[in-house]
Amino acid sequence: MEFLNFFQYSFLVRALIAGSLIAVLAGVLGVFLVLRKLSLIGDGLAHVSFGGVALGLLFGVYPFYVSLPLTLLASFFIFQLSQRARIYGDAAIGIVSAVGVAGGVVIASLAQGFNVDLFSYLFGSLLAVKISEIYFLIFLVLLTLTFLVYYYRPLFALAFDEVSARAMGVKVAWLNSILLVLSALTVAVAVKAVGVMLVSALLILPAAAALQGAKNFRWALASAALFALAAVWLGLLAALNFNLPAGASIVLAGFLLFLGAYIYSHFRS
Amino acid sequence: MSLIVKVENLSVVYNDLPAVTDVSFQVSAGDYIGLAGPNGAGKSSLVKALLGLTSVNSGKIELFGQELSNFSQWEKIAYLPQKHQHNLLFPASVLEVVVSGLAGMPQIAADLAKERARNLLQDLSMSETESKLFSRLSGGQQQRVLLARALIREPQLLILDEPTTALDPQVREKFFALLEKINKEKGTAIIMVTHDTADIGRYAHSLFYLDIKLIFFGPFADFCHSPAMQSYFGDFAQHLICHQHAPHPDPLS
Repeated sequence: MEFLNFFQYSFLVRALIAGSLIAVLAGVLGVFLVLRKLSLIGDGLAHVSFGGVALGLLFGVYPFYVSLPLTLLASFFIFQLSQRARIYGDAAIGIVSAVGVAGGVVIASLAQGFNVDLFSYLFGSLLAVKISEIYFLIFLVLLTLTFLVYYYRPLFALAFDEVSARAMGVKVAWLNSILLVLSALTVAVAVKAVGVMLVSALLILPAAAALQGAKNFRWALASAALFALAAVWLGLLAALNFNLPAGASIVLAGFLLFLGAYIYSHFRS
Repeated sequence: MSLIVKVENLSVVYNDLPAVTDVSFQVSAGDYIGLAGPNGAGKSSLVKALLGLTSVNSGKIELFGQELSNFSQWEKIAYLPQKHQHNLLFPASVLEVVVSGLAGMPQIAADLAKERARNLLQDLSMSETESKLFSRLSGGQQQRVLLARALIREPQLLILDEPTTALDPQVREKFFALLEKINKEKGTAIIMVTHDTADIGRYAHSLFYLDIKLIFFGPFADFCHSPAMQSYFGDFAQHLICHQHAPHPDPLS
């Protein structure tokens, strides 16, 4: 399919807009998650979202309306578990992730009959994104960028050195909670687009690519968003031209971009 | 001089072991205190308690006349931690790290923040590094950048936890001279945790010797001539603590 023809189909335009909005969110939030060694939180929350989708399908409710609050709850649970239960963040993510998948599988086996629908959430269906989800994404991007701009210095201080940030009076717990909420909302909506299995890749790969050659933190945030956008556009083009699944193509495009950034950075230094 | 820190009967316990026991003291504007003591004496625990970074078992802490639990004037305080726990992958330029010292102070505009940061980097002979990645600097250079991050707040109370361990002697002189300058010119109260009592004795006005309990708090001269401290430490140990070298005439020049 030629690139210009791309814009003749409204479902493709919707996919491109939704994918681009998710890319911006995943890119900038991914930098914070990767630097704070919380990369796998996307994976954990996506698995919870899977449980939420199964629950939604079981009760005949639009899955997003169930998975969204459930993913939010899970993000708070991970935060509380890592703060109070004498375990590290990765273990807290592991617990929540396992419970999410197990819950989804149990619900699917009990209900039967909606396995095909559930399967679509495992690998995503960006081409089936709804206009209401695009409005939600626009709201989420505006919220996230406003938050980042307004709290840039405290967020930088928190990501760079949490102890010193606390000694500066930065409201560390509050900022952590907001970052988690934004990540949870992003995951809940991105699951529809790229799928439970691939959503964490969209949070990790662009951030990891950006960190290869970033000269400063602003550069890292901007380039992570650009890498994510490039992954979405290249992935969608590849999916349409070669009749491939969109979610998987986006993730593979992200990996190739990461590889390119790594090789460029390696030879430059 | 206005009262900055007031601590009454402070006790901190870690894992059922006392870290600080029944410590009371006050710090006023313009004070320069060397906080010394053996390993495990509770020095870092005490400063963390002052900053609300660790929970307190009993006692009362007031900062600038406000109880620590309600304290809100964090812009008056700066802290340089003992060991920086930053992530090696973190893509922060030196200038960004210094400006991040103004977290929680949005009233300082970006232009003014950068101007302050550049002036401090110049004072610390680090101007040429402002665009470099923080993670690529040596340990001593990183320590100077973190001092600049603390000083950019123009604090009224500066707490430093073993700040000179990674510094070579020449840089250490500049480091101490800069602290002395802001202490004298701006009246910034300084609490410096250190093992190097000979070095700190040249600059600090008072020695705070902690060994879980408060052993001594007062002017260095009083400590060095105190019969009670002589009997506590013995002649040799007291001489080591009081031993002072003449400072460089003007290390900042």
